[in-house]
Amino acid sequence: MSEQKLGVGSAEETTVADPIISRFQDALRPDERKGYEGYIVAAERLPAVMTALRDDVGYDYLSSVTGVDYLDEGQLEVVYHAYQTSGGPALNLKVQVDRENPVIPSLVSVYPGADFQEREIFDLYGVRFEGHPNLRRILMWDGFDGHPMRKDWQEAYFEEEKKPFDSRWPGGDVRRSEDDNRFGKNVSYPDGFEIDNWVPESDESLYAGLNKAGSNDKALRTDTLVVNMGPQHPSTHGVFRMVVALDGETITDLQPVMGYLHRNHEKIGERNTFLQNMPYTDRLDYLSSMSNNLGYALAVEKLMGVHIPERAEYLRVLMAELTRVSNHMWAIGFLLNDLGAFQTPALYAIRARELILDVFEATAGSRMMCNYMRFGGVARDLPETLRDENTVDFITDLVDNRLPAAIDELDRFLTGNEIVRARCIGVGVLPPEKAIAYSAAGPLLRASGVPYDLRRSDPYSIYDRFDFEVCTRPNGDVYDRYVIRIDEMRTSVNICQQVMREMPSEGEVFAGKPQYNVRVPAGESYGRVENPKGELGYYVVSTGKTNPYRYHVRAPSFINLTVLGELCKGHKVADAVVILGSIDIVLGEVDR
Amino acid sequence: MYGTGIMRGMGVTIKHLFDTFVDDLSFLGQRYYNEDSLNVRQGTRGRGVFTVQYPEEKLPVPERFRFIPFLLYEENEDGSTTDRCTSCGICAKVCPPQCIWIERSSDPETGRPIPEPTNFFIDIDICMNCGYCAEYCPFDAIKMDHDYELASYDRIEAHIFDKDRLDKPVEYYADICPTDYAAEEKARAEADSKKAARKAAAADRKRTAANKKDAA
Repeated sequence: MSEQKLGVGSAEETTVADPIISRFQDALRPDERKGYEGYIVAAERLPAVMTALRDDVGYDYLSSVTGVDYLDEGQLEVVYHAYQTSGGPALNLKVQVDRENPVIPSLVSVYPGADFQEREIFDLYGVRFEGHPNLRRILMWDGFDGHPMRKDWQEAYFEEEKKPFDSRWPGGDVRRSEDDNRFGKNVSYPDGFEIDNWVPESDESLYAGLNKAGSNDKALRTDTLVVNMGPQHPSTHGVFRMVVALDGETITDLQPVMGYLHRNHEKIGERNTFLQNMPYTDRLDYLSSMSNNLGYALAVEKLMGVHIPERAEYLRVLMAELTRVSNHMWAIGFLLNDLGAFQTPALYAIRARELILDVFEATAGSRMMCNYMRFGGVARDLPETLRDENTVDFITDLVDNRLPAAIDELDRFLTGNEIVRARCIGVGVLPPEKAIAYSAAGPLLRASGVPYDLRRSDPYSIYDRFDFEVCTRPNGDVYDRYVIRIDEMRTSVNICQQVMREMPSEGEVFAGKPQYNVRVPAGESYGRVENPKGELGYYVVSTGKTNPYRYHVRAPSFINLTVLGELCKGHKVADAVVILGSIDIVLGEVDR
Repeated sequence: MYGTGIMRGMGVTIKHLFDTFVDDLSFLGQRYYNEDSLNVRQGTRGRGVFTVQYPEEKLPVPERFRFIPFLLYEENEDGSTTDRCTSCGICAKVCPPQCIWIERSSDPETGRPIPEPTNFFIDIDICMNCGYCAEYCPFDAIKMDHDYELASYDRIEAHIFDKDRLDKPVEYYADICPTDYAAEEKARAEADSKKAARKAAAADRKRTAANKKDAA
C-alpha cells in the first residue's frame, strides 16, 4: 500500500490525462513541493480544464474538494480530487489564491457534486466561488464571526495552538474549560451584528429561493407552502432539517439544512497530534468506526511508508467488512422505520448486529467507539475467548452461520413484501449519469448501475486478494438501494469467510515499537476507503511535525446529500422521509 | 399472487414469537435473572428475544472493555502503599481530549523530580474512553476501568476525579483483567530479571577488570 502512488504528479508516468495536461500547458504547472503531487491550475482556467478532463478523458467523478490555509505563504489553496468511474488513481489539481481576496470560479456547472463542498469551503475558509448558484454558509449560522478553519482563527475555549497543552503536566493546574471562556458568553458576533434585531436572512433567502411552481393542469386547486421538516424529526436520523416547498402534497423543491451537530472536527484534528485523531474518527460515522479508523490509518501510513504485518491486514479487512454488515443492518432497519414499519424490522436487523458489536467490544474494548487501528497495524490481536467461547470459533460461527442466516431472514421478511415494494419501487430514481455528476458514492451510486467500488477500482489494503463481485442494481430507486444493501452484506460476509480461512493463525499485529508521538514526513496524502456509506477520504497535509497541518474528511453522508433535493422533487412528503432513509446518513459525519 | 410476500414476512415474525417461547421452556422459566441463560441468550446459540433486563441483570463486560481510567497502587508488607505512577506525563501528553492533569513535585534540596505524583486529576466529562493512557503507559500504572455506572447529580464537583478517587489496588485490576494482568506481570518479571542480570553482569565486568588491574 505504501508504495502505491496517488495522483499523476511525477512526470515520468504516462496517464490518460496527459493530452489535457499538454493542451493546457499555459494554465497548469506540476506541484513541485516536496511530498506533493498533481498540478496547480490557474484559477480562471479551472472550469475549462475540468470540462476537458471530464469530457475528453473520462475524469467524470469529482470526489473531493477541500481548502487548505497556507498562512505563511499568504495563500489559500483549494484541492480537487477527480477520478474516472472506470477505475484508477486520482488526479489531484490545486488552485492557489490570495488569502485576502480569494475568488475561484465555481465548478457546480461542471460537477454538480461540488455544490455543498464549495459552500463548506466558503463557510470555513471564506473562499468565494464565482457562479455558485447558492453560495450561503452551510455549517455555521449568520451570526458566526470569521471563518473557523483559517489558521489564525481561534475558538472560544482556545488554549494553545497544538496539543499536548502545557498546563497538563507537570503543573497539573486543573480547571474546567467553562471557566476559561474568552468570550464570556461563548459567542463573538461579527462587527455590526445585533443579536436583538437579528433577522435570519439566510433562512428568508432560502425560503424565497425555493421553486414553488407546481403544475397548473389539475382539477384540484392546491396551495403552495413551505414546510420545515426538522431540525428534530426527519425520522430519527439526527438533527437535520429539510425545507420543503409543497404544492398540495407534492414536493416542488427541497433544500437540506445542516450544521446542528457541527463541532469543527477538522480544526480539532489540526490541534491534535496524528495519533490523537484516531479516536476522533470513530465519532464521524459512529455506526462504522472501524472503517473510519482504517481510512485515516491508510492516509497517514501513505506518508509514513510503514509496512503492515500480514495478520494485521487480515484483521483490518475482517473488522471493516463486519462493520459494513452491521451498518447495512442498521440502515435497512431504519429505512423500514421510515417506511412506517415501526421497530419490528429494526430490531430483527440489529439482533445480528449485536453479535458483531460483541466481537468489536472484546477485541477493541468498545462496541462503537472502537479506536482499533494504529499506524502500522492494529491495537491488539483477537482475544483468546469471547463470551466463554474461543474467539476464532465465535467469529467463524458468526460469519459462516449466524450472519448469512440473519441476512436471509431479512431478505425473506422484507424483499418480497408488497407494501415495501409499493412504497419503494420507482421512488426517488437516480439515473447513473446524475449519480456520477452529483458525486454520489457507495450504495447510492451502485444502486444506479455504476459499478464503482473502491475495493475493486482502486484496491487498498489487501482487497485484491479476495474473490468478490461488485454489486450493482439497474434502477436506482429506493427499492434498489435497499436490495443492494442485502447484496453487499452477502458479499461482505463472503469476504469475512475468506479472511477466516486465509488469515495466518498467529503473528505480529503491529510493525515496530508503539510510539505515542509519531512523526510523519512532510507532504500530502489522500487516503480513501469504501465505507459502508460511500467513499470516505482523508486528505492529510504534514509539515514533518507531530501535528497534521491539514486534516480533511471527505464525508460520504454529507456529499450524498447534495442530490437529495433532486431525488425528492415530484414526490410526496412521506416519500422524502423514505428517500432520506435510503441514502443512509449519519449526522455525526454530515456536520462533522 | 398478491400478498404472498406479506405472508412470508408474517412467517418470520411468527417464528420469532415461537423461538422465544421455546427458549422460555428450555430454561424452565428461568429465562431472566440467570447468568447461564444470559450467556446463551446473548451468544451465537441464542434464539428468541435477546433483551437484557437492565439493571436487574447486566451483560458481563469483556476484559478489554474500557471506561474512565484509574491508577494502580501496590500494597507493601508494612501496610503502606506505593504508586506505580512515576508522574512521567506520557498519559497527559497522549490524551486526545487532554483531560488528564498531573502534579509532579521535585525534591526541594536536589531539585530532582520525585517519581510519585502529588496529585492526579481526570475530568471525566471530557474523557473519551479511548484507552490511550493505559496503552502507552510504560509502567502499567494507569488502566481502564469496568465501572460504567457513574451517573451523579452534581456536575461541577463530582466529575473531576482526583487521586484519592482514582487510586485502586493492583488486586482490583488483577480481578477485572486476569489475562492482561498475568501477561503484564510476566513481562515485568522478565524485564526485572533481565535488568538484574545486566546489573550483575556489569558488576561482574567491573570486578574482573579490577581483578585484572590488581593482577597487573
